[in-house]
Amino acid sequence: MQIAAFIVRRAVHSVVVLLGLSMVIFVISRILPGDPARVAAGARAPDWVVDNLREQMHLNDPLPVQYVYWLRDAVQGDLGLSLVTRRNVAQDILELFPATFELALYAGVMMAILGVGLGAVSARHKDRWLDNLVRVLSYMGVVTPSFVWAILFLLVFGFTLGWLPTLGRLTEGLQPPPRITGLYTVDALLTGRVEVFWDALQHIVSPALALAMGSIAQQARITRSAMADNLGKDYIAALRALGVPERVVMNRFLLKPSLIPTVSILGLDFAATMSNAFLVELIFNWPGISRYGINAMLRKDLNAIAGVILVLGVVFIVANILVDMAVAYLDPRIRLRTARGR
Amino acid sequence: MDRPTPLLQIHDLRLQYRVYGGALQVLDGVHLHVHVGEKVGLVGETGCGKTSTMKAVLRVLPMPPAQITGGSIRFKGQEILAMDPRTLQQVRGRGISMIFQDPTAALNPVFTVGQQLEAVLRSHWGRRADRGEIRAAALAALEEVALADPDRLLDAYPVQLSGGMRQRICIAMALATKPELLIADEPGTALDVTIQDQVLRLLHNLVEERNTSVILISHSLGIVRQLTDRVYVMYAGTMVESAPTRKLFTHPGHPYTQQLMEVVPRLSGGGIAPGIPGRIPDYLDPPTGCRFHPRCPHAMEICRREKPPAFSLDQDHQVACFLYDPAQGSPAP
Repeated sequence: MQIAAFIVRRAVHSVVVLLGLSMVIFVISRILPGDPARVAAGARAPDWVVDNLREQMHLNDPLPVQYVYWLRDAVQGDLGLSLVTRRNVAQDILELFPATFELALYAGVMMAILGVGLGAVSARHKDRWLDNLVRVLSYMGVVTPSFVWAILFLLVFGFTLGWLPTLGRLTEGLQPPPRITGLYTVDALLTGRVEVFWDALQHIVSPALALAMGSIAQQARITRSAMADNLGKDYIAALRALGVPERVVMNRFLLKPSLIPTVSILGLDFAATMSNAFLVELIFNWPGISRYGINAMLRKDLNAIAGVILVLGVVFIVANILVDMAVAYLDPRIRLRTARGR
Repeated sequence: MDRPTPLLQIHDLRLQYRVYGGALQVLDGVHLHVHVGEKVGLVGETGCGKTSTMKAVLRVLPMPPAQITGGSIRFKGQEILAMDPRTLQQVRGRGISMIFQDPTAALNPVFTVGQQLEAVLRSHWGRRADRGEIRAAALAALEEVALADPDRLLDAYPVQLSGGMRQRICIAMALATKPELLIADEPGTALDVTIQDQVLRLLHNLVEERNTSVILISHSLGIVRQLTDRVYVMYAGTMVESAPTRKLFTHPGHPYTQQLMEVVPRLSGGGIAPGIPGRIPDYLDPPTGCRFHPRCPHAMEICRREKPPAFSLDQDHQVACFLYDPAQGSPAP
């Protein structure tokens, strides 16, 4: 099958990219100033303890040997101890990743639906007041950082209107659903706890929207310009000229070719959301991996930094594969070229 | 006039494109009519407004920037420019359909041939038709334009097909709705000469069979001479001459038409014709009076000031040129 071959090829690609990424992470973590053994042992530990620890951590070996040790452990899920939490980094990540992933997932859905929707509305009313309104709002969306939206939503929805909760993933005292995927809304539905689902959903709306705002604006602009461009194409005029109803022309024959640029950007925006979420996570007290990563960087927690970058790298790679598959689905020209072996 | 209402009547059509820094006066009072069963040619240089006129008829010009500033377009006596979307949709396809100039641009690259052809058929058959019926009709439409293996073609994307096949598919789509009037915009121009010839012959046979009325747009006088009953000549957004095809070729009246005949390379004479001196005018600031006067060897004082109306040489031969104004005195060249 075409698709299977495509996925296998991309998977092999991904492994190579991941190896490269791991080398970069490793080298950076080793050339940064500071002695990991000293940091691990603590400032008041006697020198002989630090020396022992250094030997234990293979820090006296040449860099390539160190890398092999590091990689072997990483593959086995051992990313080392976090110097801050004093737990295995992999365990930390496993716990925090779903929270951010869930956030990004909702943000992604908002980007897709609101972004494409606004863009389509804008293109349909091109150069009229509705279009101009959407365009002005888009500019605002693009230039306003997500933390500003976060604070704004917190104040407006959380305090002034009181519609939505302000902090965390669940209301205090509510038992989280049993862990299946780690996504509260999904787990709550799977275990049939509707009230938990509803509560988690209310908690996620504001931070997800704050994260999505910039990308929604961007998607709207891209969709609008692609649709406006394609609207002038002869293939649209031809279908109209032959009596195909406007609704069908717009929603089917104009939308599909116009989505190609949007989808390409959307996937990358989604992945970027996960690494850029730290301020929003901070503001909404969201126990996510992005905030964890920033804390690790501030405290020079090298193992945690490496782990977070590695995980986010995987997210980027997977998002890229999904984008390529979506684009191949939308655009037969790419699909046919791939089938012929590039 | 004792003739019945024309199938299509364009009267004094004016069209402009709003661009940065002004408005392009693309059409400046275009007249044209087509009777039932008639094959009409529309000739003129590239950029003279032939395609714009025809896209205006089907109201598929992008508006904005295009804007119709005056005139009327009537189909069977009904004003197209004032139609509500529902009525317009009835006219499009079944009343009038169009083959676009470039078959590659006229087919959506991300949908299969079948998806596009079936969308056209479905919009005219409505909910009555089921999938199988539509598919069968699509197959029949492709067979009609002499395409082999239509089953496979329906599932193919335009990129997988040759230029000649795409052109045939465009013809099939335009005829699948069984239109009363077919507008063919330079069919086959994008193809090489042998394929173009095949495509034109096919098109000719198909419209003869069904007695479809045709407007054939072309910059090739040879093609128009073979395939049409009557010809309109356009220059820079104005209709300069109309006459039965034979009469136009034997007695071209307008200086522009005369020059157009001259530039057709003559096989016997050899060499390349000198061409018409000058170039198509700037639509942002078109020449005053007759738009052709800067290039006209017979230009008179009045041509610079006034736009020439259509003068009748014959009942069926109109020329928009002051040379034929009885008030000007001087006999025609």
